[in-house]
Amino acid sequence: MIFLKLIVTNLRRHRVRSFICIAGIAFSVAAMLTVVTVLQGAIGMFSGILSSDSEIIVFERNVSDLFFSNVPAAALEEISRWPMVAHADPVLFGIVSSSDHPVVTCFGVTAGDARIRKAGWTAGDRLAFAQHSDDVVLGERAAEFLGAKLGDRVPIGHGIFHVIGILKTANGFEDGGVFMPLSSAQSFFHKEGNSSVITIKLRNKDDAALFKNTVKAKFPTLIGLEDAEFTRSYSQFKILKATAWAVGGCGLLLGGFGVANTMIMSVFTRIREIAILRVCGFSNTQIAAMIFGESAVITLSGAMLGLLIGASLLYTLKLVPALHGYVDVTLQPVVLLIVILMALITGLAGALYPAAYAMRVRAVEALRFE
Amino acid sequence: MIPSGLQTRNEHRVVLRAEGVWKSYDDGAIAVLKGVDFETFEGQTIALCGPSGCGKSTLLHLFGGLDAPDRGLVSVNGVEVNRHRNLLRLLRHEVGFVFQLHNLIPDLTLEENCLIPTMAAGTDRGTAQARLHQLAESTGLTHRLGQRIQKLSGGERQRTALCRALMNRPKILLADEPTGSLDEHASAAVFALLLEIVATEGVTLVMATHDRSLAARCDRLLDMHDGRIDEA
Repeated sequence: MIFLKLIVTNLRRHRVRSFICIAGIAFSVAAMLTVVTVLQGAIGMFSGILSSDSEIIVFERNVSDLFFSNVPAAALEEISRWPMVAHADPVLFGIVSSSDHPVVTCFGVTAGDARIRKAGWTAGDRLAFAQHSDDVVLGERAAEFLGAKLGDRVPIGHGIFHVIGILKTANGFEDGGVFMPLSSAQSFFHKEGNSSVITIKLRNKDDAALFKNTVKAKFPTLIGLEDAEFTRSYSQFKILKATAWAVGGCGLLLGGFGVANTMIMSVFTRIREIAILRVCGFSNTQIAAMIFGESAVITLSGAMLGLLIGASLLYTLKLVPALHGYVDVTLQPVVLLIVILMALITGLAGALYPAAYAMRVRAVEALRFE
Repeated sequence: MIPSGLQTRNEHRVVLRAEGVWKSYDDGAIAVLKGVDFETFEGQTIALCGPSGCGKSTLLHLFGGLDAPDRGLVSVNGVEVNRHRNLLRLLRHEVGFVFQLHNLIPDLTLEENCLIPTMAAGTDRGTAQARLHQLAESTGLTHRLGQRIQKLSGGERQRTALCRALMNRPKILLADEPTGSLDEHASAAVFALLLEIVATEGVTLVMATHDRSLAARCDRLLDMHDGRIDEA
């Protein structure tokens, strides 16, 4: 109890300095949490698009981005006939632009695609989809920013399309996207006969390995991955995740420098006290534990405050209409744990030099000048 | 060289010994101790007198293992201090320090300050509390145990420092001008208490002081001149 009081005492003595240091850690943690969670959410949403009513994604092997993947129609036809496949849905991804919106995601899908079947249609009739080549269905947010309603003709890219439906989905990318009949999208993006991916629903999930091996054997240029496997291995996701952690880590590193600075100041200002503790029999370990303890209190307080700020920030972002569906504020326990651990490690690393300095304090020198 | 006249005390155990101790600062530019010889026995009270800068504090620091001599030997209970394999044991169990300034931690209470040495030594809570209450009673501080240091008078602070120094039942108490920061009345009271407690506890007291009237009340009065000791 006294040891804890010795730790906290110094923080209370220099309240402003302690608060600034805790705030530094808190904002670092909040930044890391926000960036990582937003990007994880974005990845989750994109994975959600791919895994809609399916377990496996088939795409062109060794492509850096699914937008560049080409899966031939012949592959689709053959895979659809395999006995373990319940259904195979081709999807063509494209990026188009419209007035004021340089990036609009376009999905070329068939009428039987789960995205069309299972979405909540706020306007139009699902059965009318893919009847004409210039028909499109808009996500609700896309309809909003394009200023389009049912029956309108809207300019998208180099074409004019007829809006035959508006649908609402929980997925931000889909909600802000345009759905075209597959053949129209193939023509529009000059990818006749191809799709970007085929999403596969198996009759029996246990056949996943068999399915992947069959794809490998029959179509050496294609690869089949289970959804979770794809999320883990897709290079774009890996880059996004690494970027998120790197940006957050840099923030935390700055916080760590703050802790180091505070702890050095703390040791300098309590040299006499450390000398007294030495005279009272404190060992090097006990002195170091006191410094590390002080650092841990700062870091953990900062981490807790940071989690609170980060969660509030994410919740606020979710409320911004323009970001509706793009921000998934679900805080993953693993992310929380990693953020807290990183903050703690940073804080303790920041206390290394101050602790070493404190351990070298010679009582006789500190006490000589009374 | 052991001062003459000490041979009569040979029936007691030597607890503190210095032989030919030299100490200088600034790479030898300032020589403070120049071959100090000193010996004291269990339960003795010794006053070190001398002008400022004559080396009284330095000698106490050497006795307590806070510093090492350039040459010579300092031993506590037969164990050479500067070769002491476990200085922690020396500071935790063999010697206690009282300084001119109380050197208490102001944010802690009297009780918490006194418990620091027992915490450092890993003494169990019950034993530490019992010892604290015993010493608080001896020093008349029982009613002040929960007080913060800022609320104590100068005399009370120095009595607290005395309690803290004796918490782990050291065999030697090293006091560096223990009454130097107190007024005459408080100084006399604290010194009387100091003598009473060391007598009760059987502790050897080595005290540096400028006050020759207080020093005269110790068993031995040693004068320090030019880095050496003369027994008065």
